[in-house]
This record gives sequence, structure tokens and C-alpha cells, in this order.
Amino acid sequence: MANWIPLWLHKLGSPPTFYRFAGTLQPWATTLALLLGAIALYGGLVLAPADYQQGDAYRIIFIHVPSAWMSMFIYAVMGVAAFIALVWRIKLAEVVAMESAPIGAAFTFITLVTGSLWGKPMWGTWWTWDARLTSELVLLFLYLGVIGLYHAFEDRRQGARAAAFLAIIGIINVPIVHFSVNWWNTLHQGSTVNVFGQSKISGAMLWPLLTMTLATKFYYIASLFRRARTDLLALESGKDWVRRIAEDEAGR
Amino acid sequence: MTAASTTVPLLEARALSFHRQDEPVFAPLDFRLLAGELALVEGDNGSGKTTLLRMLAGLLHRGAGELLWRGEALQRDQCAGEILFLGHQLGLKADLSPRENLRIAVGLHGAREGLSVASVLADIGLRGYEDEPVRRLSAGQKKRAALARLVLLPARLWLLDEPYANLDRAGIALVNALIERHTDAGGAAMVTSHGTVSFHGGEPRRIRMHG
Amino acid sequence: MAASRDGSACMDKHPPGLAAACAAMLRRDLTLAWRRRGDIAMPVLYALIVTMLFPFALGPEDTLLQRIAGGVVLVTVLLAMLLALDAMFSSDIEDGSLEQLVLAPQPLALMLGMKILAHWITTALPLIVIAPLMAAMLHLPGAVIPVLLLALLLATPLLSLLGAVLVALTAGTRRSGMLLALMLLPLCVPAVIFAAGAVAAAQQGLPWLAPIAWLAAALVLAVVLAPLACAAALRIALDA
Repeated sequence: MANWIPLWLHKLGSPPTFYRFAGTLQPWATTLALLLGAIALYGGLVLAPADYQQGDAYRIIFIHVPSAWMSMFIYAVMGVAAFIALVWRIKLAEVVAMESAPIGAAFTFITLVTGSLWGKPMWGTWWTWDARLTSELVLLFLYLGVIGLYHAFEDRRQGARAAAFLAIIGIINVPIVHFSVNWWNTLHQGSTVNVFGQSKISGAMLWPLLTMTLATKFYYIASLFRRARTDLLALESGKDWVRRIAEDEAGR
Repeated sequence: MTAASTTVPLLEARALSFHRQDEPVFAPLDFRLLAGELALVEGDNGSGKTTLLRMLAGLLHRGAGELLWRGEALQRDQCAGEILFLGHQLGLKADLSPRENLRIAVGLHGAREGLSVASVLADIGLRGYEDEPVRRLSAGQKKRAALARLVLLPARLWLLDEPYANLDRAGIALVNALIERHTDAGGAAMVTSHGTVSFHGGEPRRIRMHG
Repeated sequence: MAASRDGSACMDKHPPGLAAACAAMLRRDLTLAWRRRGDIAMPVLYALIVTMLFPFALGPEDTLLQRIAGGVVLVTVLLAMLLALDAMFSSDIEDGSLEQLVLAPQPLALMLGMKILAHWITTALPLIVIAPLMAAMLHLPGAVIPVLLLALLLATPLLSLLGAVLVALTAGTRRSGMLLALMLLPLCVPAVIFAAGAVAAAQQGLPWLAPIAWLAAALVLAVVLAPLACAAALRIALDA
């Protein structure tokens, strides 16, 4: 074990410790996610003024933008966990990486759908091939590829390592795809539409956006912890600590 | 076949174990293998004999415990080419002839001093079949072609998983003769087998596997 | 043979040098492909048939076909290569020779690089040879065809190298070709963009060197990194 990893993090890597830690934090994260989400939605849909250019149609950014940020943030987390899983073969890193993939894919899908819904009133079209949306679509395929590869293996740990390797290859490729699509757009004039019509965003619109971003982060934590705990129980099913939990549950 | 007590063992395992899905495949093993020795790996079906051999060869990641090569921790790049593995799959291209298969092997590994592809194929009993595509050979002939690799390529340690499968009495005698020649020249071999194995050179070391 | 206890009589030579091993590897795969030379025709026929479908689907109008010709040839070649990619390691896995390759005293990345080269020679090169025919079927102007060939010459090895890493990753799984397509095609988007961009630029009389340069740079990077990634992926897939 590398010496620079703090002792606490090392302890957290043990499945039963993580199980307890995640179990305590999860209800808090869920509550915060719902609370902040409600506040953000109220602020965005009710309190914030209508945009002078786009009217009320712009309000979808309160879901679209945080989803987009989450889709990339989760991919980064997945990449880091994948790297740790490959280099140090830590089971928890494998679990975090593999269980983040479906959540990330969901956020990516929401980004694409809300982007499409926004596109219709904005540009008159359901889809446009600008660099951001195209990269987002490629990102969705990357997530699906990771999930698909993980489930193609009989040995789950081996599948996690293979999918982790794919995730890292993908991470290198997403900026390349973004760059190449940008270049492609300059070649084919006519599809140069900016997703963000305005570079400055008013304060009344900013705080719901940031609040929603925070809410999605808590949602990710809550969802990841729930999935990871379930996955750990399945992976460690023969071990003593799992048996004790099962006995406790049965006793109740 | 005992060696002097001061000789460093060629291969040594201390508390070696392997886990699959967190289940141990075999109980922790300790053994030593000296140059010139033969070790027989015994155990019931599913006791992990193949897994052990594949792990020693480097086809499976190292499990827990220590593995020493000539007294030092085994490094794959240092002992590459010194260990040969023959498993259930023979590693022969079906579309190529035994001669062509061996030529490729020599191209990657080199050949033992004084041996050639032609001489080895004749010795092993494939005279007349050197240029037939392997897919047209009988099961016993395919096994002999695979064994020819062992004879021709330079290697210190042979890891043989069920080498007697598909062989008739003459074939079994051939395998035993090859192993004895190898150990007499200072090589070492680890063999798994279901059947009883007898050697002229005396009792081999026995490694008992427990699943 | 001398009966020395330390076995020095067994090991008299060092393993062959890299050049000899690479030559052996290349000769091996090319010989194997030649023994089944009927299989070489498959991707070519597939590409021709698919190209033929486009005029039927879109109408025989010259100007329309001309506009899509470069892109259609590129995508068709890509799909044909995808079909053939799966076979890169499958036979070696089945008969156990891939395992023997992992155990050989040669750098695995280099040996896999030779395999990828042999695969490109037997899969992509025939496609590049018939590409002018496919382009002519779609009325691509003759002056553009050299640029198309150059773009294919750079893009197809890129595809082979990237594809090899992904095929190695799925080695030994009960995989479907669809999974490979799902993993590989999104990663091919930049190569398709730059290759088609070069052809489109040439077709419009604009400078086409920049995208070609990008492709060449990517290819150089891939030649260095992909074999190493392929070796790592293979070890993961074999659980080594």
C-alpha cells in the first residue's frame, strides 16, 4: 500500500467499514439532495425572471446544465476509481467505478434529452451537431460501452478491471472527440450555434443553477452509496461480516 | 534424485495460494523444486492443479504468498524463456505443419544447442508427417508435435498439465523418456496427472493439492 | 549432454533478437492468412455490396452521389474492418497459441504490434486497393481519389491499432460483435472526421493538408501506444 494514502482512506477501503460509513451518510445525502433540489427548482421555475431573449423556454437549463456537469464529473470520478482499481486492485475502487457508470449514463441521457427539448424552441430543431452535444452523445456511448463490457465477463472482478481499462481509454478520447468536432464545425459553416446564447448570467438565475448542481452531487453520492453497498454485499457474500448482517436482518 | 543441501532451489513456493471470486482455489502450498528434479502435482479434480501450473507459468496473476526463482522473488521478465508450459490447449496452429509451427517457436525462443527442427521431429516420431497441416494429424500426433516444442526450445523448467492425455503406451513412454532426459541434463519439471506415473530415476517429489 | 546440476547445458543461447522475432511473427500471421485466403475476399465483397446500396437508396443523381462519395467510402471501409477485427485474436485464443505468445521471451507489445500489422495488411490493404472502384461507383471526381487513398492509408491503421486494444480487452468473453462496435465506433469519430474532412476539402478545391497532418500525428501516437495498451488489455483479459 502506498504510504501517502491517509490512514483513514485506507481504512475506508475495507468493505465492512465502507458499508457502515456509507450506510450512515446515505440518508443525509438523500435528504439534502431532495431539499436542495426542491429549493433550486422553486428558485429556477418560479422566482427567476424570464429571459429577455428566450422567454420562459430557457428554464430547462436548471436541469440541463447541472446534468451536463454531472455527466462529466461522474466520468472523471469513474476514471480515477478505474485507475486505482487497475493499479492497486482495490475492490472498493472497482465497485465505485462500475456503479458510477449507470448513474453517469443516466445524467448524460438527461442532458441529451433536455438539450434536445431546449433546442426545439431555440434553434427550431431537435438536434444539432455542435461540439458539445456531439461529445455528450459520444460520452453516452462510452458509458454504455463500459457497462456492456463489465457485464460480458463471468468473473465480476475481471470484468471490472476490463471495463476500468476501457473507461481510461475513453477519458483520453473525450477531449479528442470534442476538439475534432469543433474543427469539423468550422469546416461545415452553418452549424455554428452557441448553446449558451448569453455569456453573462444574472444572479437570480445563477443561484438556482448552483443549488441544483449541489443537489445533483448529493443525489450522486446517495445513489452511489446505495448501489455500492448492495454490490459489496453481493461480492463479499461468503464473508463473515455479511453473514452477521444477514443474521441481524433475519433476527429483526 | 537428491541435490546437495547447499544448492539453491530452482523454484520455491511459500504459502502460495490463489483466490477466485474471493474463494481460495487451493490451500496454501509450500514446496521446493531443485534443478534435476521432477515434481508430481497430485490432487482430485477441481483441487486447483491446472490453476497452480498456470500461475507458476505466468498466465494467471500471482496470488498470495511468495514465489522464488533461484532464491529471489520471481520476476516475469527475468525468467521469461526459462519456463515452458504445456496445457490442455496445445498451442499449435491447425493450418500450419509441425515443421512450420516449430520454426515459429524457434524464431521467438531460439533453439537448444545442437538440435534442429528436422532432427527433433524425427526423434519425436513424426517422420513423414512434418509437413502435414496439424489439423489433419491424429490426437496422438498432435500431442507429439506439441512435445517437440519442449525438446527443441531451451528452457530450465517444464510445467506440464496432463501431458499423458490422448497418448497410447508408446506415447506415455515417450513423455517419460523426454522428462528423464530433461532432468538428467539439469532441467526440472512439474507434472500433473490423473494416472500413476513411474520413472526409472526413482521417486519424484510429490506435491499434494487440497481444494 | 553434460549432467551438470545447475542445468547450464540447457541454456546456451540467448533468445533471438527483436528483428528476428518480429520477422517470425509477421511471417506467421501472413502465412496463416494466406492459408485461408478466401477469407481475405469477405470484407472486400462486403464493402462493394454496401457501396452499391447507396445509389439504390438515394437515387442515381450524379451531384448527390458525388457529394456523399468520400464519406460513404470511408464509413463502408470502417464497417468492413470492424467485421474483420474480431478475428484478430480469436483463432489464437482457441488453440492456445496466444498464451504461448504471452510466455515467449519477447516483448509482448512488439509481438502484438506485428500481429496488428499483419492484420492490417490482410484486411485493410485489399480495401484500400478497391477504394478507387468504390469511389468511381459513386462518381467521386478522379482528382480527389489520391487524397481519399492517402486518408485511408492513415485512417485504417489507426482503426486497426485502436480496434486491437478493444478486441484484446474482450478476449475470451462470450462477446458479441455488437459490443465491439459499441465500444469502437465512438472512439473512431475523430479519425472519420479528419479523413472525411480531408476528402471534402480536396473536393472543394480547398487545402486538405491540415486534417491529413492531424491523422498522421494521431497514427504516430497510436503506433507507439496501442501495442503497449494491447498487451496490457490482453493481460487483463487473461487474468494474468
